[in-house]
Amino acid sequence: MTVTASDQPVRITHGFDFTKLVLYGFALALCLLIVLPMSWLVYYGFVDKSGAFTLQNFITLANDPTLREPFVTTFILAFSTSLICCAVAAPMGWLVARTDMPFRRTVRLMVTASFVTPPFLGAIAWELLAAPNSGLLNKVYRMMTGAESDAVLFNIYSFPGLIFVIACYTFPYVFVLVANALDRTPGELEDASSILGGGTWVTARRITIPLALPALLAGALVAFLQAMTLFGSPAILALPAGFHTMTTKIWSLFQYPPKPELAAAASLPLLILTIMLLRAEHMILGRRSYAVLGGKNSAPRLIVLGRLRWLALAFCFIVLLNPVFLPYGALLNASFSKVASQFVSFSNFTFHNIYFVFFELSATRLALYNTFVLGIATATIGTIVAVVISYLTTREAVTGHKALGFLATAPVAIPGIVLGVGLFLSYTRPPFVLYGTLWILLLAFLTLAMPAAYQQMQSAFKAIHPELEDASRILGATRLRALREITAPLLRTSVIATWCFVFVGTIRELSAAIMLFTSETKVISVLIFDLNESGDLAAISVLGIIMLIVTSCIVALANRLRSGGGNVRLRDN
Amino acid sequence: MPRTFSRRDVLKASTALALTLPAIPLRAAAPAAEPVTPALIAAAQKEGKVVYYTSIDLPLAEKIAKSFEAKYPGIAVRVERTGAERVFQRVGQEYGSRIYAVDVVNSSDAAHFIAWTRDGILQPYVPEDVAKFYPPEHKNADGLYASFRVGLSVIGYNTTLVKAEDAPKSFADLLDPKWSGKMVKAHPGYSGNVMSATFQITRDLGWDYLEKLAKQKIMQVQSSTDPPKKLALGERAVMVDGNEYNALILKEAGQPVEVVYPSEGTPMAVGPNAIFKNAPNPNAARLLQSYMFTPECQQLVIDVGALRSVHPQAKEHAGRRPLKDIKVMKDDAAGVEKNAQDIKARYSKIFGV
Repeated sequence: MTVTASDQPVRITHGFDFTKLVLYGFALALCLLIVLPMSWLVYYGFVDKSGAFTLQNFITLANDPTLREPFVTTFILAFSTSLICCAVAAPMGWLVARTDMPFRRTVRLMVTASFVTPPFLGAIAWELLAAPNSGLLNKVYRMMTGAESDAVLFNIYSFPGLIFVIACYTFPYVFVLVANALDRTPGELEDASSILGGGTWVTARRITIPLALPALLAGALVAFLQAMTLFGSPAILALPAGFHTMTTKIWSLFQYPPKPELAAAASLPLLILTIMLLRAEHMILGRRSYAVLGGKNSAPRLIVLGRLRWLALAFCFIVLLNPVFLPYGALLNASFSKVASQFVSFSNFTFHNIYFVFFELSATRLALYNTFVLGIATATIGTIVAVVISYLTTREAVTGHKALGFLATAPVAIPGIVLGVGLFLSYTRPPFVLYGTLWILLLAFLTLAMPAAYQQMQSAFKAIHPELEDASRILGATRLRALREITAPLLRTSVIATWCFVFVGTIRELSAAIMLFTSETKVISVLIFDLNESGDLAAISVLGIIMLIVTSCIVALANRLRSGGGNVRLRDN
Repeated sequence: MPRTFSRRDVLKASTALALTLPAIPLRAAAPAAEPVTPALIAAAQKEGKVVYYTSIDLPLAEKIAKSFEAKYPGIAVRVERTGAERVFQRVGQEYGSRIYAVDVVNSSDAAHFIAWTRDGILQPYVPEDVAKFYPPEHKNADGLYASFRVGLSVIGYNTTLVKAEDAPKSFADLLDPKWSGKMVKAHPGYSGNVMSATFQITRDLGWDYLEKLAKQKIMQVQSSTDPPKKLALGERAVMVDGNEYNALILKEAGQPVEVVYPSEGTPMAVGPNAIFKNAPNPNAARLLQSYMFTPECQQLVIDVGALRSVHPQAKEHAGRRPLKDIKVMKDDAAGVEKNAQDIKARYSKIFGV
């Protein structure tokens, strides 16, 4: 065998390369998954009721202030959320990954807890905490200061309130990306900086932060898109406050009589905006190579904070108070209280809420079953697809890999609710009649999970230098064998992380589910949303606590599997 | 395409006929009442389940389901509760894609039944009680539906936040600046009850009433079951609209909630029940429909649900003001049906959501 050093890729001819077959199969599946509903959306955006071509939908959109305002609102919302998330998550990620702050593991665990909390559940918990009159925090405030009975410290039914609650459950995205990137940064670079005379802060500024910057930017982007496409929290907090965001507006366009053409038209500008953002990200990051996990690495060094470590811990604790400790406390309180807005005491302690949820509410069991079947199926299939696609795009293994990468990221631009409608339009007519089955929800969840799963896997792949695979292939392995024996073991952590990511993402998905469920295929999130609209906060609290316990167990289990599997970080040996 | 006569055409024709020939009976008599027979029960038990889409409060719906299951063992009732307007949307969506999941439907917006009748998707079926006891204005002449319950949308207040003498007595009182930022209100885009109420209020008091009300910094919730619960929580002092029955249930459970029947008249919404032609469990559907109109079930509607029944044998609950003593606004399903779109659009414009 000869190894040519030309700039042509090395072609291995011995052994049939099954990869291509697998590749094109996946590419086709992805196309169907995403292109079909999107085409329906575009089609609906440009036709009138009779099916003739028109631009009227866009004209209506631009001229009707009730349709225009939500766009502005949403943009401000997403931008502020992204900013807050970065400001909070970046220092936290750095503290946890790179300093000797105490309880680093616990802080990570707590961030995971806020990550597994469905945003709509967080929003409901914050209703319990900070509704202007009945909110527990406002009650405590009035009790402590003796203020008037209508004095209000926090009003969650407001624009800042909404931004705050969304940021609470979006910052983990940024945190995870930043902390992971910092975990992977090799120690040598920092050592080199120190040897050359750079102090701790110089090293941090010149080496660590620039290496983490791509992750931070990616995080900012994810936070922006997340806040933009979120449905549950605005539906719960913005409507009582008397304003719409884009997602709730689109949702209201589907109320009777449905106006799918307007909704489709409303979602197209967002799609374009998102594509532009993704392009921008690509331009910022595209020129440099950030492969940091090569064959030779050493563990990163921890920065000694000294006395500041307790201050750092206090900072983390105060941040975590908002997405985790306070809301969980409020939910737990409401689960056992006769009146959700009162503190549990001897006189109003009750088990009735729990009894109601399990024995009187006929929808509970079916919804739990549907949710977990869908969660496991979506996570498993989604992770496999994400691994394959990330491999194809990072290793540029097939022609058209860029389109594939774009397809996998594109759903991030589609609000779940709009995707729901796209799927509804696609799969309610022959040849694919899936509405009314769990399959259509599976498709929706898969599509929605794809960008996050893909980005996770892609950054994992990017961090593994191709030299490792190349070595294997030079020694005669086929692409699949190289994948199996070299890449797969290196990716185990990321694969497990991605599975968990998709699983928790799926069981808390609301916006697509709310368009696609039927009575037979209701999931927990929809049940909770229904209960919120009829004001059954206690039942929600019980369901929410159950949901949190189950997801926490799964995440803990995954963490255990991961640590039991040995440390996957490569050592210099 | 061959021209077929729709129900609408027949109705038009019969109206025209009625105008010209007033002496002739307008249409054939409603289908005869169908009593519950052992054969029907057996067939229903063979189907084993029945699906009920409804907008009544969840605990009541589940209670009725349990009592039906106790009476007819082997037939499981699956309750799907959501707001009336959502029920309507859901049925429309499912029927649009030829998914026939629902057997029996109930909605607090009677206008929906006019639309379904027009679409020709309801199954004529007259339970014995309906034929024998129900007043004509509470049953469809073609035997398609009958009034399962009557709901009122009332004003309410939290008794720890508002003293009885300070409480609002009328819709006009709600415009007092002292209630600014203290009121909660449900949405006609979600709740059938509030849709009817909004129609009646704007008909009787005018749209400018709502325009003034919107300046009072209202907390907007979705379901008409929610405002009474917000009162009980103490989140708002006064509710503009909301189910009388939720308020009564909370009050009778010792919560600080009191009901006010506004002096201008209390908005009323009739909530009929019907069976669909394409019901997957047609026999169980008939059995459930029959059961729902028995004095036994109607008494549950009153006692458990705190709703109003038009069955003459159902007894008013002690301690609640009887329906006949309440000044109500006139309900007009056809008017709601005609104006629903306009109401939703204008409401959104005025209240911002």
